[in-house]
This record gives sequence, structure tokens and C-alpha cells, in this order.
Amino acid sequence: MASNQPAVDVISLTLPNRVEYLGVARLLVSGVANRMGFTYEEIEDIKLAVGEACTNAVEHAYESEDGTNSLHLVCHVYEDRLWIEVADQGKGFSVEDAEQQRKAPLLNGMEEDELEEGGLGLFLIQALMDEVVFHTGAGVSVSMTKYLRRDGVAGDDRTISKNQI
Amino acid sequence: MDLTIQTISEETEHQVILGGEIDAYTCPEVKERLLSLLEAGATRLTVDLKAVEYMDSTGIGMFVALMKACKRSGCSLFVENLSARVERLFRITGFYDLIAIRKGEEA
Repeated sequence: MASNQPAVDVISLTLPNRVEYLGVARLLVSGVANRMGFTYEEIEDIKLAVGEACTNAVEHAYESEDGTNSLHLVCHVYEDRLWIEVADQGKGFSVEDAEQQRKAPLLNGMEEDELEEGGLGLFLIQALMDEVVFHTGAGVSVSMTKYLRRDGVAGDDRTISKNQI
Repeated sequence: MDLTIQTISEETEHQVILGGEIDAYTCPEVKERLLSLLEAGATRLTVDLKAVEYMDSTGIGMFVALMKACKRSGCSLFVENLSARVERLFRITGFYDLIAIRKGEEA
């Protein structure tokens, strides 16, 4: 069937929003990414990004009163990319805070006393994935995409064709 | 495999060998073990990370807390044998330049 829209498979998982299930979330994305043909390094990067997003969601759940929230993980499989959404139903955080945090400088150059024990998660997601969007409302959702680079020069091709126009 | 912790002690000097996955689920156990060594009067802690298959920012947070606790109690802290994944995590976040990494002595 010819179509302009790339075929997409959707795999979704709903988990109790608790730390003991973080490994299960990572296993799912690892399996999906492996099936799609990502390299070992890319799969580990995707696992780490999803692990960070899920950890944030779980931490929000612990701040809420009942702790009965669910964590939703959805993988959209395209021919050329994997789009993953991680969403919780917690109290959310401000998008400004998220923007600030993911652009925050690395730990580089910081004195030991300045170091804090958290806050690296959003930065890491941004560093490891190709496209990242944070949504906040009733809960928080992190939408992140990783492109397949079968020949390793997909990005360069795009740049070249743009320059030729 | 979730997490393994093995401690080799020589008086107040300890080598703690971690293995498996270090995330928000397993981190409290690691932190508790390391801090309990400090409380018992450790003067040197070396954390071996060769067998760590997964670590995220929760692990860095733990090391930051441990660095502070060690500084307060005058204990020297090192990590050694970083797995490729841990090294990548440490380098991306800049933590690589902050923690004392013990190199050499292939054993």
C-alpha cells in the first residue's frame, strides 16, 4: 500500500508509578529499539533518556498525596525514527523550570560545594535524544524522538540538499 | 540482575564493587551501604564500577552526596574501572572531571 504517511506501530505500557518498575520501562524501550535496528550505543542512550523521564515521573508521584498514579510509556515506531512519550498524572512542573534546567550548564567548572544531588535528568534527556518536547498540564509528559541512522550520513544529506536549493 | 554489592575491607580502607543496575530503585541500598562504612570510620573508599550495566543521574546524585559526606569526615573517595556506559554518563554530565578516578593497576 503506497502512502505518504510512514507506517507506524504503537506499543504502550502502563505501570504503577513506583521505582521498582523503572527497570521494566527500560526493558520495553530497549526491546523496541533493538528490534528497529538501533546500535548498541543508541539503545543504551535511549534507555538512559527514558529512565530519566520515568524517574522524574516517579518522583512527582511520590510528592503527590496518594501515590496511586500511573506511569504511561508509549513507543511509536516509524520507519526512520522512534518516538517515545512518557507521561504521568502528577501535579506537573513549570515548563520554564524545565527549559531552564535542560539548558543549565554541565557540572563542569562547578565547585564541589555547589553540586546538588538532582536536576541532571532533563539535561540528559535533551543531550541523548534528537528531539525533545516537554508538555505540562494535568501531569507531565516528555516526548522524545531518536532517528535511525542507517548509513550514518542522513543529517548530512539533508544539509546538502538544502544548500543546493 | 538488579544490583550486587561486594565489599573488600582492610581495616578502615574499603573497596566496594558494584554490579548491575543503579537507578532510583537500587540506589538507596548502595547509598546506605557506603554511608554506613563512612559512619564506621572509613578512611578510604574505592568504588569499583566495572560491572555496572546501567546507571542514571540518580547514581550521580548518590556520588555527589557521598563526596560531601566523605569531605566532612575526612575520608578519601575514589571510583575505578568505569564501564563504558558509566564513563559516557560521567562525561556528558561533566561529573567525570569532579570525581577522583583511580587509574592503572590492572588487576
